[in-house]
Amino acid sequence: MEKLFKTVSFMSATLVMILLASIFISLFNSAKPAIEEFGFGFITGKEWGVEVPIENPVSTVVATTAEKKVEVKPAENDNSLESMLGGGNDDIPMRTIFGGFIPIVGTLLSTLIAMAFALPIAMGIAVFLAEIAPKQISNVVGIAIELLAAIPSIIFGMWGLFYFAPIVQSFVGGYQVSLLTAGLVLGVMILPFMAAITRDSMRTTPDVLKESAYALGATKFEVIKDIIFPYSKAGIIGSVILALGRALGETMAVAFLIGSVFSLPSSINSPTVSIPVAMANSFGEATGMKTSALFYLAFLLFIISFAVISIAKFYFLRKDK
Amino acid sequence: MRLLLNKIVLLLSTVSALIGLAFLAWILFTLVGKGLSSLHFSLFLNDLIDGGLRNLIVGQFIMAGIASLIGIPLGMMAGIYLQEYGSGRYVRLIRDLSDIMMSAPSIVIGAFVYAIVVVPMHGTSGIAGSIALSIMMIPIVINTTDNMLSLVPRELREAGIALGASKYRVILDIIIKAAKVGIMTGLLLSFARIIGETAPLLFTSETSNYFSVDLTEAYPSLTVSIYALANDPTSSSRDLAWAASFILTMMVLMINLLGRYITRKKG
Repeated sequence: MEKLFKTVSFMSATLVMILLASIFISLFNSAKPAIEEFGFGFITGKEWGVEVPIENPVSTVVATTAEKKVEVKPAENDNSLESMLGGGNDDIPMRTIFGGFIPIVGTLLSTLIAMAFALPIAMGIAVFLAEIAPKQISNVVGIAIELLAAIPSIIFGMWGLFYFAPIVQSFVGGYQVSLLTAGLVLGVMILPFMAAITRDSMRTTPDVLKESAYALGATKFEVIKDIIFPYSKAGIIGSVILALGRALGETMAVAFLIGSVFSLPSSINSPTVSIPVAMANSFGEATGMKTSALFYLAFLLFIISFAVISIAKFYFLRKDK
Repeated sequence: MRLLLNKIVLLLSTVSALIGLAFLAWILFTLVGKGLSSLHFSLFLNDLIDGGLRNLIVGQFIMAGIASLIGIPLGMMAGIYLQEYGSGRYVRLIRDLSDIMMSAPSIVIGAFVYAIVVVPMHGTSGIAGSIALSIMMIPIVINTTDNMLSLVPRELREAGIALGASKYRVILDIIIKAAKVGIMTGLLLSFARIIGETAPLLFTSETSNYFSVDLTEAYPSLTVSIYALANDPTSSSRDLAWAASFILTMMVLMINLLGRYITRKKG
């Protein structure tokens, strides 16, 4: 019995590794047709779901290697123009090309806006909770912030679309669904998470250090700036990167607001698309190469967030005692 | 000058806290205002096909419930391994991987389950949705169990062993009992987390307008339906989406507060 219990617990722990490996492998496998078809050129490809004629068999082979994509590109452009003009020409065999550049850029830009908005406020909240507020108030506000973090992301999306975006629009113009509103709502969503974990990092500063500084006549701001920030720097940066990782992969808060349009945003006020949103809105009805291209996006997102979280965990938040 | 700077910074920081609270209040007021005005008792009696939410609420709970039945034992056993049996590099590796999995984008988990469950089964199903949620849940449960067990004093373990109890009996009868409150809180919080998830369900369970106990078919999901209803331009659909959002948020916040209350009462 003892042995069985131990074995089951070992296997459960190992399951984590197996699951992560299977996620990696199955995403890669499902993305494989798209990876073989578009190669690394997928990352810089700006066309999504555009039909181009296959002019000769060689070009499809060429297109599989990333280095040759430059050669293929001009031909595609010529032909897409041609096919637009000569719309009804059915004799030419067509293939649909997919490039991930737009959703990748949309993901990065919306995350950037979210971070720019949330970072200063989250730092303020963390300082307030850890250092300024009396214990009672800090507890109550702390619970409120944690409740804000517990609200499902779809609620942020709905509130953002119907209540927050119109106000943003009235100030800056443009569309209600845009990169800006999506980024800001995303910022509101990661704000409590970032504030809560940053506060926890700040609280690891030993009281002795703070008290010594106060005894030397330092003001609260000086203690925060010269004692707490330097001491908990690694933890704070780690927390911020963790929040960044969360923002990169967030789906629902962004899905309502980014517009889900496959075009590069001409300004901060125009709609675009992000990787999670492209998946959320197109995965259901996609078939064939489109499904595979979406898996390619999922695979890229998984790798990006894996890297970001690993950096936060291994480099900044090492819990080695 | 120093004192002025100090005052300014403290003021800014307090203002940040107020901004955070203002957002919470704004969202809650919106939900209560829009939600209560669209809320009727009949929503709990009818299914979506008849303009109600009953099948969606039940479906969401069933999927989260099955996910818990899978995720809680596995996560707790893994947490027990990390804290009680394993040692050294392997434990560190699993702990790190579990942390990474906890932060993995939920839509990617959905895509993964689509590939390994939905495709072989030739369609979306309640099972696929439950599995996706359980994958979300496992690392959270591991983290909770791991942390809570680490707070149990060493003496308790030694006393149990000294009495001649086998290790698994010590773990089940002494250590888990000692950490019961913390683990319960963690489990409630992890349940609250997965019951509000949308992204991993979008293409695994999808949603359904009908009441269903058949987990091999597309399964009613409250969150996925909120997304569909909110995107529907008719005002009756939107009202229903707000009512559903209100119910969902209240459920999540209640479970959250319950978890905190248990800890507070004991601690």
